[in-house]
Amino acid sequence: MTIDPSSVARYAGGSRIPGWDDSADLEKDPAVVPDPATTPVPDDLRAEIEAEMAKYPEPEAATIAALKAVQRRYGWCSPEGVVQAACVLQLTPGDLVGVGSFYDMLNMRPAGRNAIYVCTNISCSLCGAHDLFAAFQEHAGDDHDFQVKSFECLGACDIAPMASVNGQYVGPLDPADVPTLLQQLRDGQEPLPEKQLARRPSADPNARGSAS
Amino acid sequence: MTDILLFRGIDEPGLATIDVYERRGGYKALRSALGQTPEALIDTLKGAGLRGRGGAGFNMGVKASFLPKGNIQKYVVCNADESEPGTFKDRELMQKNPHQLVEGLIIAAYAVGASKSFIYIRGEYGLQADMLDAAIGEAEAAGYLGDDILGSGFGLSLYVSRGAGAYICGEETGLLDSLEGKRGNPRLKPPFPANAGLFQGPTLINNVETLSTIPHIIEMGAEAYARIGVENSAGTKLVSISGNVQRPGNYEIELGMSSRDIVFGLAGGPPEGRSVKLWFPGGSSSPVLTADDLDLSYDFDTLAKAGSMLGSGAIIVVDDSNSVVDIALWTAKFYAHESCGKCTPCREGTTWTHTMLGRIKDGSATPMDLDIMASVQEHIIGNCLCVLGDAMAMPIASMIQKFRSEFEEYIETARARSEQALVAGAAR
Repeated sequence: MTIDPSSVARYAGGSRIPGWDDSADLEKDPAVVPDPATTPVPDDLRAEIEAEMAKYPEPEAATIAALKAVQRRYGWCSPEGVVQAACVLQLTPGDLVGVGSFYDMLNMRPAGRNAIYVCTNISCSLCGAHDLFAAFQEHAGDDHDFQVKSFECLGACDIAPMASVNGQYVGPLDPADVPTLLQQLRDGQEPLPEKQLARRPSADPNARGSAS
Repeated sequence: MTDILLFRGIDEPGLATIDVYERRGGYKALRSALGQTPEALIDTLKGAGLRGRGGAGFNMGVKASFLPKGNIQKYVVCNADESEPGTFKDRELMQKNPHQLVEGLIIAAYAVGASKSFIYIRGEYGLQADMLDAAIGEAEAAGYLGDDILGSGFGLSLYVSRGAGAYICGEETGLLDSLEGKRGNPRLKPPFPANAGLFQGPTLINNVETLSTIPHIIEMGAEAYARIGVENSAGTKLVSISGNVQRPGNYEIELGMSSRDIVFGLAGGPPEGRSVKLWFPGGSSSPVLTADDLDLSYDFDTLAKAGSMLGSGAIIVVDDSNSVVDIALWTAKFYAHESCGKCTPCREGTTWTHTMLGRIKDGSATPMDLDIMASVQEHIIGNCLCVLGDAMAMPIASMIQKFRSEFEEYIETARARSEQALVAGAAR
């Protein structure tokens, strides 16, 4: 029995599976390094990635740094940005997506520009991190400006429960602090300066016991 | 007694700058090391008995001596991933005294003959990575890094490489893969990194605290350093205490101090009216100990004999207001999320342990599940490329063993609660 090829339903890109029209383009070779002649890369992004590549004997080692540069520029590892980084690194976009999906801090989907990582590991949980995380979800859950993630141990159990707000460690946090913190971020201010780890007085007896 | 060596003067303003660090005697050890032969330095490190501070506790000098001699491209990598739950000592060292680490790393590189080095720091430590970048810039300007360090003919480059959030990248071979720009999957050992590590070159990998100790050993001599602490556990250790204690924080102790003095003396013990239920002596990967074990001496061998380990030196104290089921569930959830998925026993074992603990919580488990869970732990241990699975299996197995009656009681009450809810639902 022969099948008439024209009777088989085909979707965009030659795919036979409906719903996969956009994601699989069968006419395109997935393992292609983007051509520098036809891939425009912003100069500053290229310079940033090339500076990272120069640190290593093998340029491929700059992959994570390149993805971070893309994320800083576009807000997430967008397909456009990944192709540009792949062009500079001379890797395939697939290589970069494969690496990026492994790491928690790289967003392979669009995400809010304010990254809030709430530590919910043992030490923070013992000090009430689950209530804190619930408060963040309640006050920022629907707001597309924020990405609230329940994160693994951030290495600041001395200020538990804590959160990393755009890379800034703040703690110990009370669920009641959350609305203030979010409002400060909306207003473009520093989040809770008095609770930032970086600004805490160095000789804090509570931080390191009675050392001095 | 909490600032003996590494934390000496840690709170001095401006210690992170090269001026203050040099005024306090910094980089003297480097000058003296460059005047010695690499072999003599390795002998000094071996003689000091410095055991790795990252978790495994392997003799650092012996590890350095495993690297092949000769004119080949070798690397030194500093493991600053510090993602073991409960650990935050390296954060403090890098933020407040980055030059101490840089100096130790240069000496280690000279001892093994490496000309390229990297500090792999976890992506979440943005501030600390910036501090290190600044310190490296200052050290380069002062001639402590570069092609010809202080006219000795020895050259070294040092870069900070930032991770992007993965616990497994603290495992040394996972770290190497991540540093090479790949997914952080651990490698099959052997070959060990000392033979084929970063970019397949011989590589020495050490923790921040280990490398930061080196300048002190060079300065005071191996014998004087070996006299600190107790037999087989020489030196001082930074302990990070957290959880249900009144004064959480980093403390530097002499190894061999009584655990009770650390938990109650330094950290103030659990809050008023509470007592210690269990404690992790070395991060969440170490089997738990109970209040009865508080009189143990805090050193590598004693804790190993007690069935646990010193690990990264992170003490997490849990008081009697908490249920052991919650602690087990939080522990398992972490490892299930962080398993890289390469080895089946770890990938499936951590996920199913988490699922089964969830069933205990919601009341759909039977006492038999405890035995199944205990056997799952047995099948993980020793069957994977790295110890991430073991790191969950050991504490969970110890919790089931030491608090079995509490687990059983919890299962019964949770079952009764869910049955009541079912009956009430059916009657409605």
